[in-house]
Amino acid sequence: MAIVVRVQTADFDAAAELAALRIGKPAVGAIASFVGLVRDHNRVGEREAAAEMRADTRIDAHIDTGIAVCVDARVDTLTLEHYPGMTEHSLERICVDACARWRLIDALVIHRYGTLRPTDQIVLVATSSAHRADAFDACRYVMDYLKTDAPFWKKESGPAGERWVEALASDHEAAARWSPDAAGVDAMKRTA
Amino acid sequence: MRVTILYFASLREAVGIDRESCDLPADIDSTSRLRAWLRARGGAWATALAEGRNVRAAVDRRMTKVDASFADGAEVAFFPPVTGG
Repeated sequence: MAIVVRVQTADFDAAAELAALRIGKPAVGAIASFVGLVRDHNRVGEREAAAEMRADTRIDAHIDTGIAVCVDARVDTLTLEHYPGMTEHSLERICVDACARWRLIDALVIHRYGTLRPTDQIVLVATSSAHRADAFDACRYVMDYLKTDAPFWKKESGPAGERWVEALASDHEAAARWSPDAAGVDAMKRTA
Repeated sequence: MRVTILYFASLREAVGIDRESCDLPADIDSTSRLRAWLRARGGAWATALAEGRNVRAAVDRRMTKVDASFADGAEVAFFPPVTGG
């Protein structure tokens, strides 16, 4: 079993990373992965666009996705800052916890920092196991705790200027669902 | 005791520095006491570290919950809630 954590400015090749989790490892029956991307709009914009849809015209509709976005909420660049040393340690600890909880073969986290643009990849979480449930659940667990525990901070820049992204209560709720005393934990802890 | 204090993200911008080394009075030995001690500098420090503000702390690169003590030579960090992923 191996835990690999990389914090870097460079982009990553998700397909190559997933291939490395299976080639030469015939015990692997499942790989679950998550890729987080830079969006061209922020959550505030989605909410405001929904509220203003009726009256205001300063809205750019994403025709293909059906997502309406306030022009002011457009994101041109996203700059990620992190705490070198603590970040790696924190991501490793989250992976160790996931390995203690599920039967994993490998766990991989690659997280970028620096200035990124819409469609750029920010993070890759991949977990492998013999059976799919362990990989699926562990992947989500790692991502949920990464959101609340790993020391990264995002700053958006767009037509309205710069703005530090605020932490969401929903992220803490997502992580809290995995705690042993949370209701419904049995459903999330199901094994393969 | 002597500690290194780091500041990140919006907090770093608010106080204008990303790190400093401080000789602390003997009774400033926990994150909440250190936060109050820094707040007493006034100005941006008082605002950025105000009691109602959601400021997180780490001691020797481990996230702390409410209040955490530290020893001589510690690395203490203050920052806003994290937003990675």
